[in-house]
Amino acid sequence: MKKLYLILFIILPFTSRAQDDLMKMVSDSNEVIVRSATFKATRIINGHSVETVGKNNLDFIISHRFDRVNRGFDEFFGLDAATNRLGLEYGLNDRLMVGIGRSSFQKMYDFFGKYKLLRQSSGAGNIPISLTLFSGYSLRTQSTSANLSGYDRSSYTSQLLIARKFSEGFSLQLSPTLIHRNRPDIFTDSKTVIATGIGGRMKLTKRTSINGEYHYVFPNQIDDNYTNNLSFSFDLETGGHVFQLLFTNSFGMTERQFITETDGSWGSGDVHFGFNISRTFSFEKKKKANP
Amino acid sequence: MKRFLIIPVFILISLCASAQNQLYSVKNSEFSFFSKAPLEDIEARNTKASSIINTANRELVVRIPITQFQFSNKLMQQHFNENYMESEKFPNATFKGKINEMIDFSKSGVYEVSASGTLNIHGVDKERTIKGKLIVGENALNLDARFDVMLIDHKIDIPKLVFKKIAEKIAVSASINYIPYKK
Repeated sequence: MKKLYLILFIILPFTSRAQDDLMKMVSDSNEVIVRSATFKATRIINGHSVETVGKNNLDFIISHRFDRVNRGFDEFFGLDAATNRLGLEYGLNDRLMVGIGRSSFQKMYDFFGKYKLLRQSSGAGNIPISLTLFSGYSLRTQSTSANLSGYDRSSYTSQLLIARKFSEGFSLQLSPTLIHRNRPDIFTDSKTVIATGIGGRMKLTKRTSINGEYHYVFPNQIDDNYTNNLSFSFDLETGGHVFQLLFTNSFGMTERQFITETDGSWGSGDVHFGFNISRTFSFEKKKKANP
Repeated sequence: MKRFLIIPVFILISLCASAQNQLYSVKNSEFSFFSKAPLEDIEARNTKASSIINTANRELVVRIPITQFQFSNKLMQQHFNENYMESEKFPNATFKGKINEMIDFSKSGVYEVSASGTLNIHGVDKERTIKGKLIVGENALNLDARFDVMLIDHKIDIPKLVFKKIAEKIAVSASINYIPYKK
């Protein structure tokens, strides 16, 4: 009989389940935890980030690049002149988005699509990186002395955007890029240019971050007068807006312009102040909360 | 000796079996919250909550994965997770408590109930008593509750720049359907 009590005594604790055990039961071990918000916006600065616009959301992006800071006081450090790009980006679902843009510089139109192939996640599904595919087309419509056909003014961009959010505060992205221009401005340039972008962000506070971005063009493809694009920005977000205040050595804001045709040099102070402002609108039908 | 072993094993089996029957887990659930502020009404829905009720001792636990709150504006959802709830640090909101009323779970009916326990949001515990309505059915339970969460109780900061957009008090409503727990 003593033994029976002993056994019962051992069994008893197992049958009375404490709340903490219940809590363990409701913890789902099959849960996949997606690491979202690798970057705040769909751009790191000039180049695209791995982020896409959410489903049925429309982003309206207004970007400005002022003239070179080294124009001096008479031109108010470049602020007297500016180019802009107006862009609309729409999320077809949470992975696929499309966008159009119009830049005043060279009266450039650009169209693109972006697809999130992999999302960095942990838990049941372990994916160490986010991978987004980017494909874009741009058409220059500014008239030039030589009467160029639409084909001659076209260019195409493909990018693999590979990013990892190392910690809450630090993300890094590598962007291998292929740009094809049907007719480069300088005849000796290669039509197809291979480049790679590297960009990162460091969060300062929950709502602000410092971003840096560099586009490296592999040698012997473009004229020596062209430089590699280097930019720094300060990002600030408030509710539905993201503000990016930036310095860059490029005037243009489409891939062809800032990767293969940047002519400013940081060393000589050919730096442009600029900003991107994005505002998000939702067209997702609001479902009523419990009536 | 053999007889001594058989009895406890029998008791163990029957206890386990009965413990199984005492537990109810989520079949489906919906949590939503609503924030009414001068500039913008914000609402989000979450259908991924898990919960268990132990009818034997009326214990109740709820776990809500924060990142599963769906906003219509995805940028807002990102900011909700990144800036307000800090979901990477605090992935879940939880409630551990006990139903205060002596409910006869074998009898179908509608009961006004309250549960007292610890509500953890944003990593901050708060002792709460939450009122709700419990419907006991045939092998099914339904729990409805509405309650307010004060952001200050859970140390959720709102920057001054956007404070007009977000109410300091968030109205939460929950509806959970339970079925007997199966491993």
